[in-house]
Amino acid sequence: MSQHNGSLNSLRLKTGLAEMLKGGVIMDVTTAEQALIAEKAGAAAVMALERVPAQIRAEGGVARMASPKKIREIMDAVSIPVMAKCRIGHFAEAQILEELGVDYVDESEVLTPADESHHVDKHAFQVPFVCGARNLGEALRRIAEGAAMIRTKGEAGTGDVVHAVKHIRQIVQEMKILTVLGEDELYAKAKELAAPYELVKLVATQGKLPVPNFSAGGIATPADASLVMQLGAEAVFVGSGIFMGKRTSCMQCQEGRHAYDDGCAFAPPAEADRRARAIVRATTHYKDPKVLLEVSSDVPTAMKGLAIAALDEAQMLQTRGW
Amino acid sequence: MRIGVLALQGDFDAHRQRLEELGAAVVLVKKVEELDSLDGLVIPGGESSTFLRLLGESGLKKLHEFVRMKPTFGTCAGAILLAREVEDPRQAGLGAIDMVIRRNAYGRQIDSSIRQGLFRGSPIEMVFIRAPKIERLGPSVEVLAKEGNDPVVVRQGKAMAATFHPELSGDSRIHQEFLELVANRTIS
Repeated sequence: MSQHNGSLNSLRLKTGLAEMLKGGVIMDVTTAEQALIAEKAGAAAVMALERVPAQIRAEGGVARMASPKKIREIMDAVSIPVMAKCRIGHFAEAQILEELGVDYVDESEVLTPADESHHVDKHAFQVPFVCGARNLGEALRRIAEGAAMIRTKGEAGTGDVVHAVKHIRQIVQEMKILTVLGEDELYAKAKELAAPYELVKLVATQGKLPVPNFSAGGIATPADASLVMQLGAEAVFVGSGIFMGKRTSCMQCQEGRHAYDDGCAFAPPAEADRRARAIVRATTHYKDPKVLLEVSSDVPTAMKGLAIAALDEAQMLQTRGW
Repeated sequence: MRIGVLALQGDFDAHRQRLEELGAAVVLVKKVEELDSLDGLVIPGGESSTFLRLLGESGLKKLHEFVRMKPTFGTCAGAILLAREVEDPRQAGLGAIDMVIRRNAYGRQIDSSIRQGLFRGSPIEMVFIRAPKIERLGPSVEVLAKEGNDPVVVRQGKAMAATFHPELSGDSRIHQEFLELVANRTIS
């Protein structure tokens, strides 16, 4: 087999798994118990984390790759794919995650970046990568580096869907524009997008990204999931929206003991289970208001959340990465 | 010929494209009530545990009836659903094909691979993604394709299953085989 065929087949296998996740929900989990709730509720995959984004936001400090022991516990608990996050540019964390055998690596702005100018060279890995993007140029730069799936960034850990909407609209609109441009205009557009011409040309011809395009960052309710799916997302990541309770920080939770009362950072398991099932059904039936009404009626509460408009620029996670 | 593709979750759109290229009228099925008007059904790749959750008990019952009346083709997660018995972990199967199938039998994503196998004696590309393996087959199941010594495309009566993803390859022979199965059943 030629070298070219080898790398092409590697990309086909990487995007192939993303194809299998389409129309599904990928849920952030921090324990094996949560992973089981997610799987039973119908999650297509889980993202194994030390802390969900809302906790990272509340507790501060440097956010790093989750401990391999924790990820391993989650991998052992469920039969669905398990993803894990590495810091932007931290290829050593990515190497560890690949060796561990996770099914997807998310090079994520939710963690504290490890490199101020370089992302991970994702072609160098056999494990597939997903990366965040706010616009088409950013998406195509990540794909050029080898990302096999793009997720719009939104603003993680807020439960405010406004930037998830902004970013999916932005990317979809920029792709539409490419399809009507002339050959000669595409060169200038590639320069403006700061993305490789070949990828710009590909999007102009096909009208969509060459890899699956999912949505993330602030999706907290069944209606939110339906909204981003109707806007063109092919699947959704739900981070803090399933398992977060009324508060974002709790001493007991930090020690791994969850009271699941009003003072707890985590929602009671039965409550998380109801939210998870509702979001899964809403993602499948995203165009069916009858089902959306039914599932929305099943979930009495959602995470409290944080309005993005009230955040300072410095508190934004989405500006990490370039 | 109206072919449904179960569109609860997974790569249903890749199947839709392939079937339309072959001239079939395709309906994306999100509710089991939509099964009634179909001549055949494809159950795509995706997560079988997600399909089961979304189908629920009543959906599974309806699908159970359908696969005994009309031709059905399952790939990967779809093949798992059609089996009599599922291992790792144990879960409900429709029993349309007398086989025992094991989920994620090759390992995790890092063990996914593109291989060459034989379909009706001719070489064919096979894309395996976190694929299951057929562990045991009943006597009335016909093996249509093998990869090494493993049966990877099988048929019993109206039901057909592939443990890999023909919808992710350029080769349309396996979908063609299914459409012929539907055509023969619709006439007779």
